[in-house]
Amino acid sequence: MIEVKELYKEFNGTPVLKGVTTTFEKGKTSMIIGQSGSGKTVFLKCLLGLHVPEKGIISFDGRKQLELGIKERRQLRQEIGMVFQGGALYDSLTVEENIMFPLKMFTEKTQDEMLNRVNFVLDRVNLVNANKKFPAEISGGMQKRVAIARAIVMNPKYLFCDEPNSGLDPNTATLIDNLIQEITKEYQMITVINSHDMNSVMEIGEKIVFLKDGVKAWEGSNKEIFKTENEAIVNFVYSSNLFKKVREAYLNETN
Amino acid sequence: MNYLEHIGKYFIMLKQVFKKPQKWSVFRETLFREIEDLGLKSLGIIMFISFFVGGVVAIQTALNVESPFIPKYLIGFATKRSMILEFAPTFMSVILAGKVGSYISSSIGTMRVTEQIDALEVMGINSLNYLVLPKIIATLFFYPLLIVLAMFLGIYGGYVAGLLTGRFFTEDYIYGIQLDFDPYFIKYALIKTLVFAFVIATIPAYHGYYVKGGSLEVGRASTQAVVWTSVVIILLNYFLTQMLLG
Repeated sequence: MIEVKELYKEFNGTPVLKGVTTTFEKGKTSMIIGQSGSGKTVFLKCLLGLHVPEKGIISFDGRKQLELGIKERRQLRQEIGMVFQGGALYDSLTVEENIMFPLKMFTEKTQDEMLNRVNFVLDRVNLVNANKKFPAEISGGMQKRVAIARAIVMNPKYLFCDEPNSGLDPNTATLIDNLIQEITKEYQMITVINSHDMNSVMEIGEKIVFLKDGVKAWEGSNKEIFKTENEAIVNFVYSSNLFKKVREAYLNETN
Repeated sequence: MNYLEHIGKYFIMLKQVFKKPQKWSVFRETLFREIEDLGLKSLGIIMFISFFVGGVVAIQTALNVESPFIPKYLIGFATKRSMILEFAPTFMSVILAGKVGSYISSSIGTMRVTEQIDALEVMGINSLNYLVLPKIIATLFFYPLLIVLAMFLGIYGGYVAGLLTGRFFTEDYIYGIQLDFDPYFIKYALIKTLVFAFVIATIPAYHGYYVKGGSLEVGRASTQAVVWTSVVIILLNYFLTQMLLG
């Protein structure tokens, strides 16, 4: 379990996170949502250790991130898989080399063993015949799959995704969402997704943390989000007429 | 940000760069790739420029020593001295600052704005050590070879210029380049080259690594990197010359 307690982060005296407390559980797809500037990217970067918070506790299965030594922190980072918004694939490496990179860096596997593992994860993300292609030669959806493959190649305990389906068509976005949820269940990972996409939230958000102005304004599941009367989340999620109608229909049906 | 802050940040960056590589096999692989990208791919331009610069120096010297009281072997002597002391180490380093400096700055800058550096950090990799140290080692190892080659080609360029233009006898030129050879000048040129190689690898890396924004900022960082690398090379050239030859 990842536990976050009273997390504070500020930049040049301006507070961005104002005491966020929440937990993320194993085998569940958790989502952080909020408007632009609400602090969700900063929150995710604090979890990843890319930002150091001013105050608060981030604990990974009992290991307090801010109290770890360099070696322990490095070890923890090897247990983390990250899917960046743009994929963040290394341009100069092929798809195969990109996925193999963490294995080369942190394991003593032979070339054949690494190749087997790469092919296994590529197969798992339904990507075939792309091993020798460079990131620039494949589509955005394929790049996201490669990024997911790279993130899971080390069998991480924790998977973080920043806007994993931004810039993708609805069909591919749903495929990526489902893939993330499947591998979360399959490998019993703790998955935290930073997203704007309400389709994803409704589809795979088993736990949703809504941030507003650096504060946790609501927390619940994708089922509860239909029933909540919390004004902040209702205004955010149901800002479009389509979603308002979907909500009304859902509530009428359940009533 | 003021200049002192930049200088401080640059040295803090170097502290992170000079750490033990996390895996030697990966470091070796990256080093060979950098030798190819930063060294071998600069071979053509350095050969081309040094050959013609040597030719121009010889022709210009010939035009300035037309007096019968000045021995013609001075053309070869002056070309050799110019190439070894200044043109090969300094002029070629400024050329490399433009070619290699912009490449280093834009490639690292692009990695920064596309979150590739964050991806390295999240994996637990010291990104500065992984990205910059192989570049420093590659330039320190390869640039002295490039500069020695530039010296030879520049002097040979002068010889060919004499042969083609007929402005001086090649026998005089050969006598001139053999005259008063001081090995210390080679040592001086190589010391300068090593210092410049370090500057060419690290200043553009600094500008690329700390870039913020998008492609426009990467372009700006690249220009800044070339300007500052050239300025630092010229300044260090002055101080090193005073220290080593003064």
